[in-house]
Amino acid sequence: MLSAVWLIPALPLAGFLILLAAGRKLGEPAAGWLATAMVTGSFVAGLVTFAGLLGEDEHHRQFVFTVFEWLPSGSFSVDVGFLVDPLSMAMVLFVTGVGALIHLYSIGYMHGDPRFHTFFLYLNLFAFSMLMLVLGDNLLITFLGWEGVGACSYLLVSFWFERNSAAVAGKKAFVTNRVGDWGFMVAIFLTFASLGTLTYAGEEGFLENAGALPEATALGIALLLFVGAAGKSAQLPLYVWLPDAMEGPTPVSALIHAATMVTAGVYLMARVNPLLDAAPAALTVISVMGAATALFAATCAVAQRDIKKVLAYSTVSQLGYMFLAIGVGAYVAAIFHMITHAFFKALLFLGAGSVIHGLHDEQDMRRMGGLRKLMPITAGTFIVGWLAIAGIPPFSGFWSKDEILAAAWDSNRLLWLVGVITALLTAYYMSRQVFLVFFGPPRWQEAHAGATSEEALAEPEHEPAAAQAAPATPHESPPTMTVPLVVLAVLAAGGGLLNLPGVLTLEHFLEPVFEDRLHELDIPAGILLSLAAVTGVGVVIGILAARAIYLRSTQPADRFEPELLRRAWGFDQALAGFFGGPGRAFANFTSRVLDGRGIDGAVNGIATLVRGGGSRLRLTQTGYVRNYALFMGGGAVLLLAFFLLRTGVA
Amino acid sequence: MNDLGFPLLTALIVVPVLGALAVALVPRSNAALVRGVGVATTLVVAALSVWLLVVFDGNDAGFQLGEKYTWIADFGIAWNLGVDGISLFLVVLTGLLYPIAVIGVRPHHDPKPYLAWLLLLEAGCIGVFLSLDLFLFFVMFEIVLVPMYFLIGGWGYGDRVYAALKFFLFTMAGSAFMLVGIVALAFLHQQATGELTFDLVTIAEAQGSIAQTTARWLFLGFAVAFAVKVPLFPLHTWLPDAHTQAPTAGSVILAGVMLKLGTYGFLRFGLYLFPEAAAYFAPFLVTLGVIGIIYGAVVAAMQRDLKRLVAYSSVAHLGFIVLGTFAFTTQGLQGGVIQMVNHGISTGALFLLVGMIYERRHTREIAELKGLQKAAPVLAGVFTVVMLSSIGLPGLNGFVGEFLILLGSFPTRRWWAVVATVGVILAAVYLLWAYQRVFHGAPDEANAGTPDMDRRERLIMAPLLAAIVFLGVYPKPVLERIEPAVDRLIAHVEASSDFSQPEVAATEGER
Repeated sequence: MLSAVWLIPALPLAGFLILLAAGRKLGEPAAGWLATAMVTGSFVAGLVTFAGLLGEDEHHRQFVFTVFEWLPSGSFSVDVGFLVDPLSMAMVLFVTGVGALIHLYSIGYMHGDPRFHTFFLYLNLFAFSMLMLVLGDNLLITFLGWEGVGACSYLLVSFWFERNSAAVAGKKAFVTNRVGDWGFMVAIFLTFASLGTLTYAGEEGFLENAGALPEATALGIALLLFVGAAGKSAQLPLYVWLPDAMEGPTPVSALIHAATMVTAGVYLMARVNPLLDAAPAALTVISVMGAATALFAATCAVAQRDIKKVLAYSTVSQLGYMFLAIGVGAYVAAIFHMITHAFFKALLFLGAGSVIHGLHDEQDMRRMGGLRKLMPITAGTFIVGWLAIAGIPPFSGFWSKDEILAAAWDSNRLLWLVGVITALLTAYYMSRQVFLVFFGPPRWQEAHAGATSEEALAEPEHEPAAAQAAPATPHESPPTMTVPLVVLAVLAAGGGLLNLPGVLTLEHFLEPVFEDRLHELDIPAGILLSLAAVTGVGVVIGILAARAIYLRSTQPADRFEPELLRRAWGFDQALAGFFGGPGRAFANFTSRVLDGRGIDGAVNGIATLVRGGGSRLRLTQTGYVRNYALFMGGGAVLLLAFFLLRTGVA
Repeated sequence: MNDLGFPLLTALIVVPVLGALAVALVPRSNAALVRGVGVATTLVVAALSVWLLVVFDGNDAGFQLGEKYTWIADFGIAWNLGVDGISLFLVVLTGLLYPIAVIGVRPHHDPKPYLAWLLLLEAGCIGVFLSLDLFLFFVMFEIVLVPMYFLIGGWGYGDRVYAALKFFLFTMAGSAFMLVGIVALAFLHQQATGELTFDLVTIAEAQGSIAQTTARWLFLGFAVAFAVKVPLFPLHTWLPDAHTQAPTAGSVILAGVMLKLGTYGFLRFGLYLFPEAAAYFAPFLVTLGVIGIIYGAVVAAMQRDLKRLVAYSSVAHLGFIVLGTFAFTTQGLQGGVIQMVNHGISTGALFLLVGMIYERRHTREIAELKGLQKAAPVLAGVFTVVMLSSIGLPGLNGFVGEFLILLGSFPTRRWWAVVATVGVILAAVYLLWAYQRVFHGAPDEANAGTPDMDRRERLIMAPLLAAIVFLGVYPKPVLERIEPAVDRLIAHVEASSDFSQPEVAATEGER
């Protein structure tokens, strides 16, 4: 059963190839169904492999399947191979599971798009790359998947390339990720130079031997990998691409920029945990950067007006939690939160997509409100997602976040405090979003009427019967979109079952991957409960504050949405200013002055000199025989004089 | 004569010459026949190069299929050819790229001399890769200048005469130093051993016959010639002019094949003839290579002309090859050789694509192009794949070379490799930015009607795309054939200098 593993990436790859060859012919909606079927098949193959893995001895659940040798060079060799272990299977199941649901949703969401089949072509390529990333049996296959998902992210963010902002966002995502990839690549070189291999498993492998590396080397590799992880998982200071990536179609935001791709950095850190264990300083850096990102992004989220931007900053913040967990050694908690986050954040994004769809591409929350009656399924499921991310028991987010905070408390009280403040802010900004979108007075009518008053006035006269379906009227989405919402809502609500305290199903399953490197909680139950209570109080304060400001208050909420926070503390702008200003000036100088006038100028200068010298020398070439004879005679006399003097005849 | 019973290597050089003569003999009025003969010749050479690939013994590190006929006996000069893992794929690349360039691009006027020059150029390029005699090599190395000079000057764009002259003089100036080096080397060898010969292997294997300091000076003479050809910073300024003003097929051959004459020269002659001097000057050359990687990318980013941007990207890509070559590790050299092939494919394809854009829009100014993806989605898709290959996306060919070069240079040239890796970021910057400006956005009136790729153009690009994917997914058959020759070269450097390859990088069983 384990050998079914190759089917997991092969099916989406096959889907990609079929769509490449015949996507246009398949058209809408067949292309979408094919792609969905492939990823669903991949999920089934994952289940089969998973069942096979469960049948094996608990502490020897590590199997390698080699497909072919990819890069042999001297002593260096890298295979295209898959590593089946509890960690990779946990990743595979949630990636393909959530992925299949989002594929299904996209069939409805992308309805009518002229490049419908291209969208699914990219989506299947993404699924393939993501699965290579998590299944790869060595750092380089992980990197192959890593770059592959980056390229797909580029293609999908700029999917609506006619819009300039989408084109710019796609490029920015790719380039920023490449900055992180620099770290990943150098880490690979350093690993090879010090271990002689990039393969994870085996006696000679990375996982067995990374722990024995000298601390400085281990620290170097770990920090360089973290640079890569910070790029892919949008941590400070490389997070800047993710909010912009919201230019992509919403299913892309849900799949790539919330549930799967952005968690790749967390996966990588968990994968190389023996290395981190050998470099405690790296763990400290990771936990601090994670906590800082969590808090920073949460402060940005409170002031966003775009429904997707709130979720984008929220994703950055939640990823920060995961890195915080990694940094304090709570690897299972990180994976647990990654999975529950995939459920509720995918749900929230798809819900947001449903709202945007229903409102005909409106994304500004100031022009929403009161939608819960018009879009009951979307509203109901969105509310489940809200309760899950806010950390209300018994919804999934409560359990996973609580585990991280408990581990943080055990390691460093300040990190815990940052985590609790972030939890409060999370509850606040998510409540704000729910209240603005689904509760309160409907504002989409006035806004729309205000924006295009002429059309609104003119339209009923022409088509009075269609007034109800006029572009301004929100409507519930089709079943292809609502079914995934409901399934994800169930998962977001019940996801905590995966790792309930005391039962710890996920922890027991993943334990062989982390062994004794896993942080052992050493806190009495009483204190654990009190910690949960403190967080709970914070969450309630957050929700109540949002309620007071956005539901009860009649005053404009602007003063609670500082401009500085909306612009994310101006960091992105400063960065753009630097690269657009001095950076570009430098490049311009290099190109126009240094290369154009300096180096090429010197070349042409030499040419001019030679030509000048040549034309002066040419004056001697008169063509008159008498002149030449004179020169020859003169020369002969001089030579004769020279030799006579030398031999001393005179 | 070799075991094959057929002078395959000689045929690879002679057939294009005969083709050029045949083209010259066909009456100008019969354009179809002119073209037919030209295309047929390149196809025959392509078939011969595939034959070479088939009969090549991948386990043999030495020169194979050798052919040696005395040419000028008094000076020990011979028509001496041979192929090894380093030159094999360059010959195959030339053989296969030529039909694509000739079929894919039609000259705007005078097809007869155009084709004749192109075929002569092919003979010269293959001759460079196969020559094992220093004098013969020099003749080939110089001969290629003539057809390229006329191709740029006669069928080029814009300031083509300036570009052609600059190209010619620049390279000639470099070669002059090499000529002195070759003659001096032969006579010094004669002094030491009493035998006057220009045979590469004989001279190279007689290490110690030349004093260390002399060898270093001679190496510099060769290095200048190769550095111009590569081109290495700061000797690169002929390249953007020549590549931009050359006709499309000329640019494809210039970038795809002719730039490799320099990097190949470093490997075949620099390292082999002067291992000690190469090790001595390696830090200097590696520094210039790494400067080229960063500098080429920064300057490329600021170009306003799409073709010029691609031209500058070559400065960066070739910098990687120099870094790998002078890393003296199996991965570095292997990466360097395969990068020569991959750069030929990717950049050749980019020049073809830029040519297609120019044919449609009659401009290469980035500012005047916009939203072409909307108007020509297939062209945009093909461009995307080639661009991602050039950026070095794993799974496509460009990654294999760059990755092995960086991996292989890290153990011996650590900080250079770390800086060179920044080039990977910059490649994404200049190409994606250009792509965004040319293909993204909503097309304006001038661009909206741009026709998409037609059937012929798709057929031209198909083999290049296939190679891009194949070499990215399964480079093993290529790498395997390169490795023995590369290992032999490293062992040669180790034997004659105090350099020794770090154990982690060396092929197992070698030590």
